Amino acid sequence: MIARDPARAALDEAARASRAKLLAVLATRSGDITACEDALAEAFVRAAQSWTTTGVPNSPEAWLLTTARNHLKDHFKSATFRTTTSLESENTEGFTMENIDPNAIPDERLKLMFVCAHPAIDEAVRAPLMLQTVLGLDATDIGQAFLLPGTTMAQRLVRAKRKIRDARISFVLPDRDDMGPRLESVLEAIYGAVAASWTRGAESDDPEHDLDREATFLSDLLVDLGPQEAEALGLAALLNFIIARREAQQDDAGTLIPLRDQDAELWNRRRLVRAETLLRRAKNAGDIGRFQLEAAIQAVHCDRRKSGKTDWISIVQLYEGLLRLTPTMGAAVAQAAAIGEAYGPQAGLDVLEKVEKNSGKNYQPLWAARAHLLEMAGQNAEAAYDQAVRLTKSAKALAYLSRKRERARHRRECGTVKADTD
Amino acid sequence: MRYTMFLYNDESAFTEPSPEEMQEQLAVYGAYIGALKEAGVFVDTDWLQPSQTATTITLKDGGKRVQDGPYADTKEQLGGYFVIDVPDLDTALEWAEKCPSVHSGQIEVRPSAMPEGQK
Repeated sequence: MIARDPARAALDEAARASRAKLLAVLATRSGDITACEDALAEAFVRAAQSWTTTGVPNSPEAWLLTTARNHLKDHFKSATFRTTTSLESENTEGFTMENIDPNAIPDERLKLMFVCAHPAIDEAVRAPLMLQTVLGLDATDIGQAFLLPGTTMAQRLVRAKRKIRDARISFVLPDRDDMGPRLESVLEAIYGAVAASWTRGAESDDPEHDLDREATFLSDLLVDLGPQEAEALGLAALLNFIIARREAQQDDAGTLIPLRDQDAELWNRRRLVRAETLLRRAKNAGDIGRFQLEAAIQAVHCDRRKSGKTDWISIVQLYEGLLRLTPTMGAAVAQAAAIGEAYGPQAGLDVLEKVEKNSGKNYQPLWAARAHLLEMAGQNAEAAYDQAVRLTKSAKALAYLSRKRERARHRRECGTVKADTD
Repeated sequence: MRYTMFLYNDESAFTEPSPEEMQEQLAVYGAYIGALKEAGVFVDTDWLQPSQTATTITLKDGGKRVQDGPYADTKEQLGGYFVIDVPDLDTALEWAEKCPSVHSGQIEVRPSAMPEGQK
């Protein structure tokens, strides 16, 4: 392996580990997320120039904070800023940045998350805003996850940040009474990050991807913050179940291996134990919520490691509860697939038929599930795989579905359309 | 930071208050204004006559146009406002929640756009 440029490596590391932390520290003090993002970007640009010539500083984080802080102070003193905003003098002058010790930067990411989840922010933009500010996803990736064009998403994010600044929403953790509804948005965003982590995962050579690590860190923080919040525990359990399976989720070529075909021996046992403990704590905390139910579904899947088989009937029932609580297309399709496994493929196909009326014809998971059930039923699944392939954006799933489609075509050409025993 | 609370109400639901009711209303709002003043956040307020008394004027399209009635002919009409000076939106919302009219209508809370020193 070629030795990496130390300045480049330090910059990458700082961008990964420190960006959100620095943004949170700056934003909680200035209230202006966009200005802080700009200042941080400027600090990274200067670091790229300076670190290659003068060497990496002892504390890259402190260096970046000081540089961004100075840039921010210049911005708040600038003429354009003064004539276009209504921030009061105390905020620009005092701008209590001086009293952050660069060598002991506090972690204020949770405050940043809860600002994004404030009821004064449009509900639809809360999770995207958190994904961008706290987890560093770009508008295009977020747009893809929320089925919106990147430009539309970018505009909404800009508008939301402007509202936080102009209406002066303060960066504080909500008290117990206001915690509930805001916690829901925060949990939603953390969960969204793990979903995005999976689609982006191929870029990372680390089995526990960066976003996974960030998301579990944040969900652990939440558990510490409100140990009695059942849904925070439920999400933490769910994340641990999902992340426990990362290694088993793709083959060496980066092709997806669906849950039912995974080698349970490859699941991370330490993570599974932690997930089960968290799920137990969630159950004891009362209030069954969406994340607890999803974690319970994952727990049944992961029991296969011990029992050797999957209890599909329990999974169908848990999805029933989940659909009653939060009727999403994803859960409806997953339940149909589980019904196919529990009661035979035709039963699953019948349910999918109904789901399609709500989801429309362009919902990728619907076609992937249909193709699988058709195959189970010994019918021609080629057309369904065609649709699934056409609608797939993830490279890993694409590789898997293309291979399945080839086999379906092969079977049709040989005139032996029968159940796939792979 | 200064915030204005715009008090919106469904006027059609209003009936002409009796003198006692009027006294009661004045007392309730008087107490609220007293609380705002005591907290040192009060800037200004007014209580408006119903929107049928409104007259709307514009020079926007060249000539002067004066029209009878409010600008927007909606069911919920602006009935009054409070201007308060508080540190942040959450504090402004707390005061809005204490405003008597929050029980009968909507309150829109908006931050001031006026640069500091020109207020």
